[in-house]
Amino acid sequence: MNTLKHELNLARPDDVYNLIVDAHNGLTAEQSEKLNAALVLLLANHVGDEDVIREAVAAARKSVTA
Amino acid sequence: MGSYTYPKYAYVPPAELVLKPGGVQTVPVLIVGAGPVGLTLALDLALKGISVTVLDEDDTVSLGSRSICQAKRTLEIWHRLGVADRMVAKGVTWDQGEVLLGDQPLYRFNLQPEPGHRFPAFINLQQYYCEQYLVERCLQEDKVDLRFRSKVVGVRPDDEHVEVDIQTPDGLYQLRGQWLVACDGVRSPVRTMLKLPYEGEVFDDQFLIADIRMDADLPKIRRYWFYPPFHPTDSVLLHRQADNVLRVDFQLGRDADADAEKKPENIDKRLRMMFGEGARWEHEWSSVYKFSCRAMPRFVKGRVIFAGDAAHVVSPFGARGGNSGVEDADNLGWKLALVINGHASVSLLDSYDRERGAAARENIRQSTRSTDYITPKFPAARVLRDATLSLARDFPFARALVNSGRLSRPTPYIDSRLSTPDDTRESWNAAAASPGSPLPDAPLGDGWLIEQIAGRFAVLTFADRAASLDIAAARAVADMADEIPAFTPILITRDLAGAPDGWNTVLDKEGLATRRCDARDGTTYLIRPDQYVAARWRRLHDSSIFAALKRASS
Ligand SMILES: Cc1cc2nc3c(=O)[nH]c(=O)nc-3n(C[C@H](O)[C@H](O)[C@H](O)COP(=O)(O)OP(=O)(O)OC[C@H]3O[C@@H](n4cnc5c(N)ncnc54)[C@H](O)[C@@H]3O)c2cc1C
Repeated sequence: MNTLKHELNLARPDDVYNLIVDAHNGLTAEQSEKLNAALVLLLANHVGDEDVIREAVAAARKSVTA
Repeated sequence: MGSYTYPKYAYVPPAELVLKPGGVQTVPVLIVGAGPVGLTLALDLALKGISVTVLDEDDTVSLGSRSICQAKRTLEIWHRLGVADRMVAKGVTWDQGEVLLGDQPLYRFNLQPEPGHRFPAFINLQQYYCEQYLVERCLQEDKVDLRFRSKVVGVRPDDEHVEVDIQTPDGLYQLRGQWLVACDGVRSPVRTMLKLPYEGEVFDDQFLIADIRMDADLPKIRRYWFYPPFHPTDSVLLHRQADNVLRVDFQLGRDADADAEKKPENIDKRLRMMFGEGARWEHEWSSVYKFSCRAMPRFVKGRVIFAGDAAHVVSPFGARGGNSGVEDADNLGWKLALVINGHASVSLLDSYDRERGAAARENIRQSTRSTDYITPKFPAARVLRDATLSLARDFPFARALVNSGRLSRPTPYIDSRLSTPDDTRESWNAAAASPGSPLPDAPLGDGWLIEQIAGRFAVLTFADRAASLDIAAARAVADMADEIPAFTPILITRDLAGAPDGWNTVLDKEGLATRRCDARDGTTYLIRPDQYVAARWRRLHDSSIFAALKRASS
């Protein structure tokens, strides 16, 4: 079973982070919400591993509810 | 309103009230409810030699078109009972669905992309026609005693019988059944009188069904719109039915005023938005409905058995209601017949509860997911739903997430105790039907593979040449074919010369049956009377068959 990576997996983390943030530039809150939803679906399909996705979902949920 | 002329079936004053014999008559099987499920079960039992008494409170068929999408599996079952061809001839055949966003087609799906099946993925035929044809077929069977205007108003089960009170225009009388099968619909009076639980989820969203007659040359496909220009807030489903009737199903949302929506002038307003000012139609049937997903925890309670909507109900997306009810009847018929004939113990009926209980839970799971997709329950659910729709045009993966209803397919009975697990030393193509799955169809001889299994067990053996079959094993299998439970030995081959005695030998001209069963020389399947696979092996071996037969019938 694959598990969610906790350690850095990006060669240029700042670039990727800014890429995602910049994508929201100039959008309304509603548009941003839509963008995030589309992005999550695209990436989830790319990851393709249900176990990893389940772990990521749990971690994300915990980050807002804990 | 309506082009269909409802038949009125004769009520015959029952002998019990006319002749007034002493005591209460006992019959083998009482079926309460002559809907699609009760009628299917009645025919199946009658064809297996069991006398059935069917009680229905009404004297006609389903009021309103209700269930229109009749699935391939249902047609296969009805074919065995001799009514499917008439339904296909009357209905609208379809294999494809189209999903649209706004007025743009997003994608199409094909439910039966590969040809070579006796029946299409679906036909659309109004429930009243299906019931009418089933009733007419029942009336030809001496073993079906169909009693109209006979309302069951009391049920008293004991360890050996179930006694019922029946209200008729001539008064009340009693009958006793060794078994009672309640096919009395979602409000099941039998279930209510016995105070049995029926739990689940009720959905708040409302839908408007408008069945209209209109001469329009629309494609024979299922169409589902999200946010169409003619109904921009919600979704719309469109189907064609027999007699140029269309089913238009508008999602209305939670807060719609059902009484106002039902008014013909308001329905017409919606339809004019959809079909344009110039279009003309007549109303056939309309209804504003909400739905629920519920099931009984157990379908068998002593000598009372529940089937169809009485046992479980789902949302209509996916056409799983009526179709799964017909599958219930198919699963129950042969088991009940074996038990009544003393060829199996009562415990065989536990497998009905297990197999169809699991099927109901699967249908509820699927239909709840479709419902949640179509009627998102909270804002983020809608945002994600809409994201799948906007991605679907360009990204095939997102089309798989769009859920306008996962259309009914026969449920495999995973881990059924009636199935013999595969021998781990033998390997099978993952697409081939494993034990607990329905047998695939294919052309065979002058007919079809599914037509070979006519309501009894069958042993299917594949051989490149009939003459190459292991003679000793073939003889041993043929010799036990008449024992209990009886079965039909069928040899499927590409060369008929030297066909063994006692085997029904058929030619697989196209090789499709062989391929769909992942068969090699000697591959053998044991098929249940309901056309499900009970066991399979890479060679013909009589004692394995014997053991698997025992297992599948106890
Ligand atoms: C709008 C709508 C659309 C649908 N579309 C589809 C679809 O496309 N495909 C699909 O597969 N399913 C569909 N369904 C579901 C389908 O209609 C039902 O699942 C199906 O009718 C169930 O059949 P049944 O025989 O169990 O019950 P019913 O059809 O409800 O029959 C019950 C029978 O019992 C009788 N009865 C009741 N009480 C008594 C009593 N006390 N004594 C004697 N008789 C009694 C009634 O008269 C009736 O004849 C749809 C349902 C609706 C409402």
